This record gives sequence, C-alpha cells and structure tokens, in this order.
Amino acid sequence: MVRLEDTPIDPGALLAEFVRNRGDAGAVVNFTGLTRDATSGQPVSRLTLDAYPGWTEKVMAELEAETRARFDVIDVLAVHRWGVVEVGQPIVFVAVAAVHRRSAFEAADFLMDQLKTHAPFWKKEDGPDGSRWIEARPEDHADAARWIQPE
Amino acid sequence: MARVLMFGVLQDLAGWRTREIDTTSLSALTDLLMTEDAVLGERLSRPGVFAVVNQTMVRTDVILAPDDEVAFVPPVSGG
Repeated sequence: MVRLEDTPIDPGALLAEFVRNRGDAGAVVNFTGLTRDATSGQPVSRLTLDAYPGWTEKVMAELEAETRARFDVIDVLAVHRWGVVEVGQPIVFVAVAAVHRRSAFEAADFLMDQLKTHAPFWKKEDGPDGSRWIEARPEDHADAARWIQPE
Repeated sequence: MARVLMFGVLQDLAGWRTREIDTTSLSALTDLLMTEDAVLGERLSRPGVFAVVNQTMVRTDVILAPDDEVAFVPPVSGG
C-alpha cells in the first residue's frame, strides 16, 4: 500500500500497525527518512515537498508493484509526506514484511532507492541564505543503478 | 482549453500553478509557453524536464483535447 500524507506521520504508530497480527511473516524491515538540518554544509530550517496528487500516488504504486514482483515479500507499505516538513520530522516511512529477513532488507533498500529517483516529489529547502530547489544527488542515482539487472 | 500545471521550480519560475490554455498539441503549448516567458522556456527545454499528459509521462508530441491535463515536471527528488 502507498499513501501520500499532508500532515505529520508517526513512524512508531505506522510500524505498530504494520506488524500487528502478522503471523505469516518472520521479518519486518522498516526505514524512516527525516529532514536534516543541513545539506552539503548549508543550514536548512525547513523543507517543503511539492507533489502531484494523483500522479504521485500512481508512480508510488508502480514502484510498490515492482518491489513486490522482484522480491519474495508478503506486504509493503510506503507513506510519504508532502507540504511543509520541519527539521527532524519524518518525510518517508517504508516497511516490508517477508518470511525471511534477507528479502525484507533488500526490498526495503530497493524501494527507497526507487522512491529517491522516481517518485514525483520536488524538494525546496529554506535556510538563512534563502530557498533552493534540490534534486536527487548523483549518489541517489548510483544507489538506484545497483538494481539494474544485466540483459 | 487544456489544464496546464507547473511543479517544483517550474511553478516558482512561471509564477503560477495552474492555467487553462487554448492549445491543440503539446508542441504548440510548449512553443507558446517559451514565447511568453524566456526564462521559463529555457528551463522547460532542459534535460530531465518532462511533460505528463493525463498523468502519463510523454516523451513525444501528442494532440491535446480540450479536457486534457498537462503537467510540466522537473527532475524528481523523493524520499
């Protein structure tokens, strides 16, 4: 399942709900992304995420489907914020349930790499020197490229 | 009239989020926007900027119907 949220998300509550009544899974891996107080040494006071409601969820659902098709997993949850996100607040929460841990770790890693480079969000950082739009870093694209399978 | 949307830095450059624009094709729409605003036009022509028509990314010219929704999107940065 994927969700786009315009109010603060609670990773603890999301994880508690995700693991509830899950007798089928032997492993749950979760990841929470937070707003940093600096990027490349430049202070950040707040982050604003723009999104395209409708299309953003559509692409997130495609990335979830790709994750489910590629890894042996039981369930996937991705919750992403948009709007203003204060420093220290969660931006994204991903959880994956699987029978064994390896596929859960790998699927969560894969899904985060795809969200970083393919999910329709646009980030604007506000700091003492003004605002700046930021794009996925070369490292993010390199991370995502790790999953490209040879022909 | 196509419904035209701008996202991210494109919205800041354009100064608007949504406009109704009378057009017949994506190329005609792009030409119009570039003629209206050279700064926005330069950004629209950069690599990594795409059009999304009715919530599907397009990489070629398409005919636009009056009720079509066209979004211009810069490179994404989720997570």
